[in-house]
Amino acid sequence: MSTATAWASAAPGLDGTPRVNDFAFKIGTVNGTGSASANSLIMHTIFRMGIPVTGKNVFPSNIQGLPTWYEIRVSRDGYTARTPVFDLVVPMNPATYARDIAEVRPGGWVLYDSTWPLDRSLLRDDVTFLGVPMGRMCNENFEGDRARTLMKNIVYTGALAALLDMDLSILNGILEEKFARKQALLEANFKAVRLGYDYVREHFDCPLPIRLEKMDATRGYVLMDGNTAAALGCVYAGATVGAWYPITPATSLMDAFQQFCERFRVDPETKQRKFVIVQAEDELAAAGIVVGASWMGARAFTPTSGPGLSLMNEFIGLAYYAEVPAVIIDVQRAGPSTGMPTRTQQGDLLLAAYASHGDTKHIVLFPADPEECFYFAVKAFDLAERFQTPVFVLSDLDIGMNDWLTPRLRWDDAYRPDRGKVLDADALERIQKFHRYLDVDGDGIAARTLPGVHPKGAYFTRGSGHNKYGAYTEDPAEYMEVMERLARKIKNAAAAVPEPEIRRTDGASLGIVTVGSGRAAVLEAMDRLRDEGIALDYMRVRGFPFGEAVAEFLAQHELNFVVEQNRDGQLRSLLLLETGVPAERLASVRYYGGFPLSAHHVIEGVLRQLGGVKA
Amino acid sequence: MTSIAKPAVRHPGLPTNKLGLTRRDYEGAMSTLCAGCGHDSITAAIVQAFFELDIEPHRAAKLSGIGCSSKTPAYFLGQSHGFNAVHGRMPAVATGANAANRSLVYIGVSGDGDSLSIGLGQMCHAIRRNLDICYIIENNGVYGLTKGQFSASADVGSKAKRGDVNELPPIDPVLLALTLGATFVARSFSGDKKHLVPILKAALTHKGFALVDVISPCVTFNDHEGSTKSYRYTRQHMEDLAPIDFVPVRREITADSEPGTVMAVTMHDGSVVRFRRVAEDYDPTDRDAAYAYVRRVLERGEVPTGLLYVQPDSRDMHAINRTVDRPLVELPYEELCPGAEALERLMEEYR
Repeated sequence: MSTATAWASAAPGLDGTPRVNDFAFKIGTVNGTGSASANSLIMHTIFRMGIPVTGKNVFPSNIQGLPTWYEIRVSRDGYTARTPVFDLVVPMNPATYARDIAEVRPGGWVLYDSTWPLDRSLLRDDVTFLGVPMGRMCNENFEGDRARTLMKNIVYTGALAALLDMDLSILNGILEEKFARKQALLEANFKAVRLGYDYVREHFDCPLPIRLEKMDATRGYVLMDGNTAAALGCVYAGATVGAWYPITPATSLMDAFQQFCERFRVDPETKQRKFVIVQAEDELAAAGIVVGASWMGARAFTPTSGPGLSLMNEFIGLAYYAEVPAVIIDVQRAGPSTGMPTRTQQGDLLLAAYASHGDTKHIVLFPADPEECFYFAVKAFDLAERFQTPVFVLSDLDIGMNDWLTPRLRWDDAYRPDRGKVLDADALERIQKFHRYLDVDGDGIAARTLPGVHPKGAYFTRGSGHNKYGAYTEDPAEYMEVMERLARKIKNAAAAVPEPEIRRTDGASLGIVTVGSGRAAVLEAMDRLRDEGIALDYMRVRGFPFGEAVAEFLAQHELNFVVEQNRDGQLRSLLLLETGVPAERLASVRYYGGFPLSAHHVIEGVLRQLGGVKA
Repeated sequence: MTSIAKPAVRHPGLPTNKLGLTRRDYEGAMSTLCAGCGHDSITAAIVQAFFELDIEPHRAAKLSGIGCSSKTPAYFLGQSHGFNAVHGRMPAVATGANAANRSLVYIGVSGDGDSLSIGLGQMCHAIRRNLDICYIIENNGVYGLTKGQFSASADVGSKAKRGDVNELPPIDPVLLALTLGATFVARSFSGDKKHLVPILKAALTHKGFALVDVISPCVTFNDHEGSTKSYRYTRQHMEDLAPIDFVPVRREITADSEPGTVMAVTMHDGSVVRFRRVAEDYDPTDRDAAYAYVRRVLERGEVPTGLLYVQPDSRDMHAINRTVDRPLVELPYEELCPGAEALERLMEEYR
């Protein structure tokens, strides 16, 4: 029996005792049928009831007609990781009825469209079937195929509202906000909600033992996805040039950047734009555009995912060697190659750390959630300019495209961009001669100049061998002198990247280490493991190159579980390579199937590693 | 710039331009190309064009890809920022640079390998964006640094130094650019500076993508008998549309010695390109006519040269984007950051 099933059978509520604000349900639909807005309506209603809620969109790489699921987890304790155990399922897509119904935990519920009878083979005697004739209701109450299809989503929303005890006034309030200027649509939505709601109240005992109850745990939070947050970070950092090639799951980042720019960066009088977004011919060009704009002194970035990052390697090497800032936001998806474009993974860790041929090493930031996507995006520009080098923000599909319970983003108006060492016209006027790669301050960072500012600032930027004066060279000593300084520069960056997040537990002798979106599942797993008598100290790395705190933490624990979402243990490899920690101190816990990490993956992995110690 | 180092002492009698600068102020480092390389003549023409246009050297940005041609930006405009990008990717870097700072004069130098093979896609898309740049292809039909392979511009039947004959059809950058909607298309010859300089001046003035394909013989690998990109072959087969004069804005147009045969095209800034002795029925602003003409000349086995097509009122990347007039790099941060209050309000939309 897997841990997941074990929990399910031990789940409270199975015996009929109520389970308030602690359950999960999923809705299976066909993509392109408008279920996204219904799911968002449910999410926001629960959120505004003050209850912590997370949604995971499990969708196909397809435009219309394939199965898609939306998983909603309600957790009064604030757990946000994906849970694979569903108390209730709403199968709206006949093509996945069998699979969806099979996924309900024993003792759970199935809310289905009873317009047509369910195939008897789908029935289970350990779950309760709640039939609502949604199709018939829509046919009787709405005109036209499109409206009937769309409104079916709102009918199941109404039914769920009754079953789970959603606050109808909040739900209707959201509809009013959304359709404030579309009265006819608003009326139709109200009607559809009512149809589902009333039918369920009339025919079944409401609410179910799994139900909602108002809390006050979402004050100070918003529901936001990481791509939106990262895009906002780029706007607030003052980025003016964005270049990209459309790619799932990074597309919505540039979409959001564009929307925010159109809102905040258009001159109200002239309607002229204070930004340029270039949809390039490919990711090679997107990276080149970022390099060109950054060379010119603008803050420029590109959002991408694995396949795009592969193409960008050439320019990443150039930017590293010629010392041009660049911000690359990699919203990771399942690789290798095209892989699974709509599934999440942390498969680009090693690629980002050492991208491009020759000796290179890069600054990488690892946000865990949308909040960090926002702040790390800003940080990335500061670091890129200060260290004159590419900086990666490694998000992933789970962070980037799902709505997370996120502390309200805040901004300090005192912030000013860190432009690094840039000589302006006055400074150039004062100096005898400018040499681009001369380490005047001894910190590995040479001052740069921007084109068009002053004749004395001119130099030839090149990816070919150069000496510290910026001149072409094939001389071993001259070449190595620059390469050694570059190594020193990036090494120094370890002190400037975000410190690891560390949480210590009383009596813990073992460590658990993770990165990025692994955070939510690992923290939840730690709570459960503690209940089983396993105490763990926790560290989440947030930047590369690793600072001293990372090596110290690893050294303090005889055994560290390294939890990550890829096949080969890329974070573990990086830690081995970069901290000198002995291999036997790092035990690998991996899940890389493409769904967001769940606590049970972590628990199972840790228990398996502990073997006889504690199982 | 030539391969011969010049004395540091400046001759007091050197002519100066309106900025009080001499030609020497527009030169760069000493060339390391082979003696007699066509590219060095183009470098000299670029120096001349910038000098005559009175452009402040540091207000120009010069970019290139990889290859012999792409080395040349080191040899001109020593007071300008230069960017030697990766192979075939100069158009992307130039796009980013121009996006960030629209106030500079952009010149890109590429070769036939750089632009017609490894960077063909990049060039095509820079044309599509109508990037404001003078884009020069120093075209010699051969890979020099790797010792003599045919490039994509080699003509069918052209013979390599080692004797093999090219059988693959060439990509003609002029025809390609016309097809893609380039807004300024010209071809010249490195061995004819009088022809090249006015074309470069017009190209540098053009607001948009100005393609200048310059046949530039490789003296080491492609200047032999049987090559169709040699000095001799090009001289014999050049069929020029018309000599042009570039008349900068605010300079009086003097009476022409051959009245009736001059066609004038006014550029976006008011400067004028005058076509002398052009056929009466040729309209350099008619893309289809230009295409048909180039095809006709090529079919005869000749090399069509001249300013073949120009669309002086085209909208460049920034016009299409509706970018503010001020360069983005000059916008103060305060104008770019919406601030804490705006973020506070925005958060209300995510609950």
